[in-house]
Amino acid sequence: MRPVLYVLSFLALIALGFWAYRENYATQAALKEVEALQRQIVGLREALTVQKAEWAYLNRPDRLRELATVNFDRLGLLPMEPSQFGTAAQVAYPAPKLPDISFTQDVQGTITDPAGPEGL
Amino acid sequence: MRTPLRPLARILHARQEGLNPDVIEKENLKLRHEAMREKARGRAQFRLMILCASFVIAFGAIGARMGLMAATEPQEPRASAPGAEIIAQRADITDRNGRVLATNMTTHALYAHPKVMVDPKGTAQKLAELFPELDAKALERRFTDGRSFVWIRKVLSPEQMQKVHEIGDPGLLFGPREMRLYPNGMLAAHVLGGTSFGAEGVHSAEVIGTAGIEKAMDARLRDPAQGGKPLTLSIDLTLQSTIEEVLYAGMTMLNAKGAAAILMDARTGEVLALASLPTFDPNDRPNPLVDKNAEPGDSPLFNRAVQGVYELGSTFKIFATAQAMELGLVTPETMVDANAPMQWGRHKIKEFEGKNYGPLLSVTDVIAKSSNVGTAHIALMIGPLRQQAFLKSLGFFEPTPLELIEAPGARPLIPRKWPEIVTITTSYGHGMSASPMHLAAAYAAIANGGVMIKPTLLKREGPTTGVRVMSEKTAMDSVAMLRRVVTEGTASLAEVPGYEVAGKTGTADKPKKTGGYYDDKVVNTFASVFPASNPQYVLIVTLDEPQDDTLSETRRTAGWTAVPVASEIIRRVAPLMGLRPKLEPVAVDAVTAASN
Repeated sequence: MRPVLYVLSFLALIALGFWAYRENYATQAALKEVEALQRQIVGLREALTVQKAEWAYLNRPDRLRELATVNFDRLGLLPMEPSQFGTAAQVAYPAPKLPDISFTQDVQGTITDPAGPEGL
Repeated sequence: MRTPLRPLARILHARQEGLNPDVIEKENLKLRHEAMREKARGRAQFRLMILCASFVIAFGAIGARMGLMAATEPQEPRASAPGAEIIAQRADITDRNGRVLATNMTTHALYAHPKVMVDPKGTAQKLAELFPELDAKALERRFTDGRSFVWIRKVLSPEQMQKVHEIGDPGLLFGPREMRLYPNGMLAAHVLGGTSFGAEGVHSAEVIGTAGIEKAMDARLRDPAQGGKPLTLSIDLTLQSTIEEVLYAGMTMLNAKGAAAILMDARTGEVLALASLPTFDPNDRPNPLVDKNAEPGDSPLFNRAVQGVYELGSTFKIFATAQAMELGLVTPETMVDANAPMQWGRHKIKEFEGKNYGPLLSVTDVIAKSSNVGTAHIALMIGPLRQQAFLKSLGFFEPTPLELIEAPGARPLIPRKWPEIVTITTSYGHGMSASPMHLAAAYAAIANGGVMIKPTLLKREGPTTGVRVMSEKTAMDSVAMLRRVVTEGTASLAEVPGYEVAGKTGTADKPKKTGGYYDDKVVNTFASVFPASNPQYVLIVTLDEPQDDTLSETRRTAGWTAVPVASEIIRRVAPLMGLRPKLEPVAVDAVTAASN
């Protein structure tokens, strides 16, 4: 009985050693991946700041004002004026709702396709 | 093997000799006990050794670990979750709507290790060609005099960096840098101030504020515990840009040396826009003036709205009338003596252009016509002590609490003694000087129903509390009087249809350095509150040495200079704040339809 126990525990030791070896390398690989990802995050964050700065730079009021002046004939943008505030009275009253068509109607004639001369 | 205590041979032998055999037993027993003691001591010694060893190993391990941690380079924990790390960046600054006013950008600094340089002379020459501010000879001398480290440039653009790469000398090296960037250029330059590098290393450099809010809030902006949370200002970028545009146009048209404008929310004390012209680019901050004869106001770095301490002229008159009404000395309809010129000791108090609005004028008309004599009589009713206390409660004796590094330095100029002639001159804004920001805060107290709220440049959340400096009725009556100035008085050009502007003009002669006043140099101020029926905003416009030459004669009064600029600002800015113009009653058509 005892030798069998010895052999079994030896095999278990080998198995555990193999498992520990594999786990070690797997952990190292995971850490490397985390590092790479973090570096990527830092890079992306930096890029994000640059893009935000660029967005702010491109949207600076001076530039927008100049662009609005240059493209006046297309856009027709002018500074906002007090007269541009409307009142409720200026909004058109909603058009009356058309009554539902609830009856059928007889129509006579030929049906033609407007796209072609042959008709249907 | 165990030795018997009474070995038979020795016992028998002793008996034969007639000796006591018990002696033998005793001797053997003693020997046995000695052996046992010896064994026990050995075991105890061994155990002590083990204990010692375990202590030595345990403490040794801790010591070794500590030594290792102290000696190794710090390292970020590799397996921690991302996002939890401290962001060691200077926080952004945004306007009240989150639009970026200041942010950071990664760039590079250029330094050299001359000892590993292949061709110091050629490199120096090529660098001098790339960067005109470098001197080839001086650079070459620094490369060859035996030092092992030379800083060359603090900041490089990517294109410049590529060109330095192309020089290809192994002695030229780059260090990463965080650079402060103001994407809006000159906009709100005086609020933001600027930054420069503090302690510099090869791998990084600290960015420290040098002026404006960057310096005043430096600790908050650099605090890593804030996690890079942006600092939100009360400034509105759109309003700021509009005001700077209109103010610049006004300044150029009126040939003014400088101009300043402050737009403030009277209810919260938030400064929505603060402009001072001429201005500068905080990305490339100019050096302060070195010429000793130059006035501080000549530098574009000078913030006229906060640092510019001027005699603010007739804009002060409303404080005298407000206080007199608060004390119950007068009502808006009370008639006061306004017979000009008024003789006080050896001083003569005159009206503008030697006019005489007297002999009697109602308090409302004193403000509407801007009568110096009328205000002087009201101020004399109040008396110097009460006048000082009231001006103090409006914040005119202390620097403004604004979050700018320049603000605490701008102390108002207060006369040391306060005789009755100072009471008279102060009542119409001469003899004591304050900044436009002081004026804005005091007018905000009137607009806010008599409650004084500390002005701020940071966005305020939640309700604000202040100190009551006058009753709500006095504040309302004062606003009504200011409205009369626009409808019937000196500021008629300020009328913006629908916005009920109320305000007071102020024209003050500039004091000479040598004493006395200039005849042809004035500071014009228009302090306004709008809309008068429900005051929400305060706008102060100040022009430095303006003159209007458009209509044959030269005009230097605020009514012709600061007032039209302010009215244009209100016309442009009010719709941007979503302020709906109040409908005026429509005039009845002149021609009416008739049928025959």
